[in-house]
Amino acid sequence: MADIDHQAELIKAGAHVSGLWDKTMFYARRYPLGAIGAVIMVIFVFSAIFADVLAPHDPLQTKARASLSPPTTEFVLGADMMGRDMLSRIIHGARISLTVGVASILLGGFIGVFIGLMSGYLMGWFDLLMQRLIDIMQALPLLVLALVMAASLGPSLENTVLAISIPLIPNVARVVRSSTLSLREMPFVEAARAAGMSEMRVAVRHVLPNILAPLIVLFTAQLGAAILVEASLSFLGLGVPEPHPSWGRMLSESAAEYVRVAPWLVIFPGLAISLAVFGANLFGDALRDILDPRQRS
Amino acid sequence: MVLTLVGISIIIFVLLRLMPGNIADIMFDSAGFVDPAEKAKIEKELGLDLPIPVQYFHWIKGMLVWDLGFSYVSEMPAVDELGPRIPITAKLAALALGFSILFGLPLGVICAVKQDTALDYTLRVISLSGLSLPSFWLGLLILMFFVTYLNDIPIYLDPPENLWDELVLYSIPAAAVGFRSSALIMRLTRSSMLEVMRQDYIRTARSKGASDNSINYHHALKNAVLPVTTIIGIEAAFLIGGLIITETVFNIPGVAHFLVEAILMRDYPIVQSLVMLIALVTVLINFGVDLLYAVLDPRIKYAD
Repeated sequence: MADIDHQAELIKAGAHVSGLWDKTMFYARRYPLGAIGAVIMVIFVFSAIFADVLAPHDPLQTKARASLSPPTTEFVLGADMMGRDMLSRIIHGARISLTVGVASILLGGFIGVFIGLMSGYLMGWFDLLMQRLIDIMQALPLLVLALVMAASLGPSLENTVLAISIPLIPNVARVVRSSTLSLREMPFVEAARAAGMSEMRVAVRHVLPNILAPLIVLFTAQLGAAILVEASLSFLGLGVPEPHPSWGRMLSESAAEYVRVAPWLVIFPGLAISLAVFGANLFGDALRDILDPRQRS
Repeated sequence: MVLTLVGISIIIFVLLRLMPGNIADIMFDSAGFVDPAEKAKIEKELGLDLPIPVQYFHWIKGMLVWDLGFSYVSEMPAVDELGPRIPITAKLAALALGFSILFGLPLGVICAVKQDTALDYTLRVISLSGLSLPSFWLGLLILMFFVTYLNDIPIYLDPPENLWDELVLYSIPAAAVGFRSSALIMRLTRSSMLEVMRQDYIRTARSKGASDNSINYHHALKNAVLPVTTIIGIEAAFLIGGLIITETVFNIPGVAHFLVEAILMRDYPIVQSLVMLIALVTVLINFGVDLLYAVLDPRIKYAD
């Protein structure tokens, strides 16, 4: 469905485009803010993947003489109390941040899609039960639920992912359910069923592909939220544990104490979090406009 | 509504019991050695040796008569621990919500009226950055600014003496939390205004010669504000999340800050009561917003 809209849009704009590159450039010009977001995202993904090559120092190596060093040519963004290079820690932090963000969205998304699809397609008691469960989960703010989950699971990378992914389920499940409810009445679903396909196959092969566009939009929107929650949990000491360099924890270590003597410890990790989330939000906004024209603002 | 609250109470209770290590472990951890008999005695005293369903019913029974048990850490009744902290957080939340509406609504309207101008773009980028800045970082930046340039640190040290002091003290953290909400309200107001301004009745008003101001503020805003009320309800829940962090940064002795401390100390009676309180407030706010919606929009009626 989304493809047809693209074509119409391209023709309406009088653009003679062919090939992926031209198309990308067309959208970049059309949605400049989204393009900026995409560039920021690419930079972060790039530094997450190639952190080992890009980082000038070992993010975990401590140097007593460099303790609280201000930004210099050796330590471009300064060093923390233990003399660890901030730039290297921030580059490696991108890896932690994106890993936790993407993993929790995939996990939460998978469970959410499953619940939403089943509940919208099967209806009946399963739907009723799941709706109640989702109501319950939505009665708690995301961070509160994640906080209690993180505390009860104990601090580790995997548990942080789990703690963030569970509160993300309700939103996904609701979007998928409402789309599924309207799709299941469509003639092509009926046709598939008449052709003798099993219910499971109809749901996965015919209904699921048609809800991909709103799902992708939702996932990018949630990426920013997931990164923020990870930073918040780590800031409170309930997220990713040492020795992983997490942006949130870098802030909590440097908080209040060093505000006066080493402001670079406060400024740079926060800037990294904000930029990553900002990029995800900008990109998500543009993607929503492109893939889901009905929601266009 | 009641069903939701019962469900939450079960989930929270079970989650807390899944936590590795209880208060007895933490107490003995700091002592350095563990005497199993002593530990069992403490667990028995606190009722931690009973089966989980029994513990649950004790808690529910207590809650119904406003007896939330005793804090494991301070050994004071949980009610007395929470009582003085609730108003602080409530004031902060109210200030933050007020701040976000005060800025979000008018700016959203301006964006919609001046759609696709430089002003619109600038405000939209600012609002998006509002959604991206972690509130604790914003709080830290504000602290840093005060320390560096004003040589003063606006964190909570002593209880404020008069109303004015209180307002000054709370307004900074409230702004730090409210910034995010105001950005969201602004975005929603903008899109809702644009949606309404495309409708036929606006064209009718225009063709009858109504002035731009009259159309924007008299005809359009009234209808555009409806969906915004819903988001204000949702934001109230988000605010509680934001306050957890901001109260920690600004060292404000409210319930949100207390929740983090209690979680770290495995202080079950406090954590479960607080989470229930947060759930209750969220559910009530959403209920209130539903009612408000019916008042604002006469087309919506709830069947009884």
